[in-house]
Amino acid sequence: MPEQPQIARPQSDRSMIEIKNVTRSYGAFKALDDASLTIREGEFFSLLGPSGCGKTTLLRMIAGFDNPTSGSIAVGGQPMEGIPPNRRPTNMVFQSYAIFPHLNVEQNVAYGLKRLKLQGGEEKRRVEEALAQVSLTGLGKRLATELSGGQRQRVALARALVMRPKVLLLDEPLSALDKKLREQMQVELRRLQQAVGITFVLVTHDQYEALAMSDRIAVMFGGKIAQVASPKEIYQRPVNRQVADFLGGMNFVKAEIVEENGASLVVDTLGFGRVKTDKPKAFVRNGGGATLGIRPERLRVLWDNATAKFEVAGKVVERHYFGEITHLIVEIPGLEKPLSVTETNDFGADDIPVGTPIRLAYDPEALVAMAD
Amino acid sequence: MTARSRFLPGGWLSVYAFLYIVFLYLPVIFLPIFSINTAPTPKFPLTGYTLQWYEDLPHTPALLDAAWNSLIVGVSASVLATVLGILAARSITRYRYPGRRAINGLIMAPLVLPEVIVAISMLLVMLQLGLSLSLFTVVLGHVLVCIPYSMTVLTSGFEGFDRSLEEASADLGESAFGTFRRVTLPMVAPAIISSLLVCFTISLDEFIIAFFLTGTEATLPIYIWGQLRFASKLPGVLALGTLLLVASFLLMTIAEILRRRAARRTQNEGGLYA
Repeated sequence: MPEQPQIARPQSDRSMIEIKNVTRSYGAFKALDDASLTIREGEFFSLLGPSGCGKTTLLRMIAGFDNPTSGSIAVGGQPMEGIPPNRRPTNMVFQSYAIFPHLNVEQNVAYGLKRLKLQGGEEKRRVEEALAQVSLTGLGKRLATELSGGQRQRVALARALVMRPKVLLLDEPLSALDKKLREQMQVELRRLQQAVGITFVLVTHDQYEALAMSDRIAVMFGGKIAQVASPKEIYQRPVNRQVADFLGGMNFVKAEIVEENGASLVVDTLGFGRVKTDKPKAFVRNGGGATLGIRPERLRVLWDNATAKFEVAGKVVERHYFGEITHLIVEIPGLEKPLSVTETNDFGADDIPVGTPIRLAYDPEALVAMAD
Repeated sequence: MTARSRFLPGGWLSVYAFLYIVFLYLPVIFLPIFSINTAPTPKFPLTGYTLQWYEDLPHTPALLDAAWNSLIVGVSASVLATVLGILAARSITRYRYPGRRAINGLIMAPLVLPEVIVAISMLLVMLQLGLSLSLFTVVLGHVLVCIPYSMTVLTSGFEGFDRSLEEASADLGESAFGTFRRVTLPMVAPAIISSLLVCFTISLDEFIIAFFLTGTEATLPIYIWGQLRFASKLPGVLALGTLLLVASFLLMTIAEILRRRAARRTQNEGGLYA
């Protein structure tokens, strides 16, 4: 793929997809339960959640392969009710890629253009352009059976992009690729999206994929949207324990609410004392208790006589080596569960013997209060 | 498996396999050999080489009638059986419903039923229905015995047909009919042609059902059966038999190639295997 200049794309605040109170029931089971969401024009938006959370159902409803039991979906300001997939301004990259095996690469990419009956070599020009966008120039005559997994994926992308949709829908497009290729395609997909400026909606169960590629993420559980925010906010300020847990390691500490007002929350904890934190947007108090969370990499080992303004003391009980990092399990007096600490190996964290007394520094900013 | 087979008595196994094949195919090889022998009785030593028996074939009106009848029955039965097979195979491979396995079993049953019994039962039913025996009743009988073969070929072509291919077509703007024409049909076409060829071949060679269900019009196997009463007609029968054999072999080979192509197309889809 040719280098694309990394110019910040002007972020639009205009909405591209409006999802209002959408429910999809199968008998008594609700695959999607009263979901509302706005996806902006030109943004890379991810639907993230475990399997069965309703993310694919929602994507297929945007594409028109499924219909809401109640609620409405609009794309580009146009209500989608009753409009079949072939007349929607969306195109999809399928999880299986769905490359037509009886057609070659060029014919696959030109499939949707055939109906448009373009004049004077326009079709050929657009196919060439789409193949160039996904770095498949010169492979137009190949059969689908002669392509690697990564190449099939690119054909599926080109075939959708050549239609110049308002929205490109991607259903777990990288899940069939091996780890290395997947990481490479994450970068390329993001770059491609910035270059073409089309709204991308990605469905994934891989939190790192969502964090790496998206402008915004909607985290979903059990048919409900738990949180919609930027990757950074989702990771650092998860709205509840479930979201925090799904997005990677998190230490949870029991907390008592001392004071609650509009913007902040003051809680008492055993290990971290009295802490004042920003109140999460959707915080709903559930009695006097709350949970305080801190990511393992936000705890740092204090070496020798180093001190920090905020520190906790404990004892190493387990050590796990992961190459560039070491995972320490540290018991803190008063805490019911030991803390996980991720430390880079630059200073010898991989050599700390189990049983060593240790002090950990933290930034109070890294502490996040969550509803239980 | 492979490791254990090394310890089997490889020599004896090869001999067994060789004898088995010889027993199976030796009679088939005698057929073409005696069909070009000058002597009218099939026995060794061969007396000389001739194509006379083949040259006589087109000058036998009864044979030409029988060939024409067989063609009509074969084409009708294969088209009908394939159309019904498409519907059944599509339903069995695409949808999940109670009784799916049972239905599949019932459709495949004629494969293992004794053909004589099937033929007699059909004869009884046809007579009860007041149908007079003709090529039409033979076609009905052949459809029954062809459907299991048609189903086998078509299911292997339809199985694993990735539904997202049809969705992708719709997603790219194609209508339901356009999707059928541009995606579904080309994908399963080899399986359909394969099914037609298999059914035609089976109908062409089928004797018992045709024997019971036909009226005065003979199909090729019935004609051959009739000729066997006359010793002088034997070389002609051998020549005709050889031609039928070659035709069947060619049709089945083409059918199998197409079936495999269809199966390859619909299976191994997606990047997982790439």
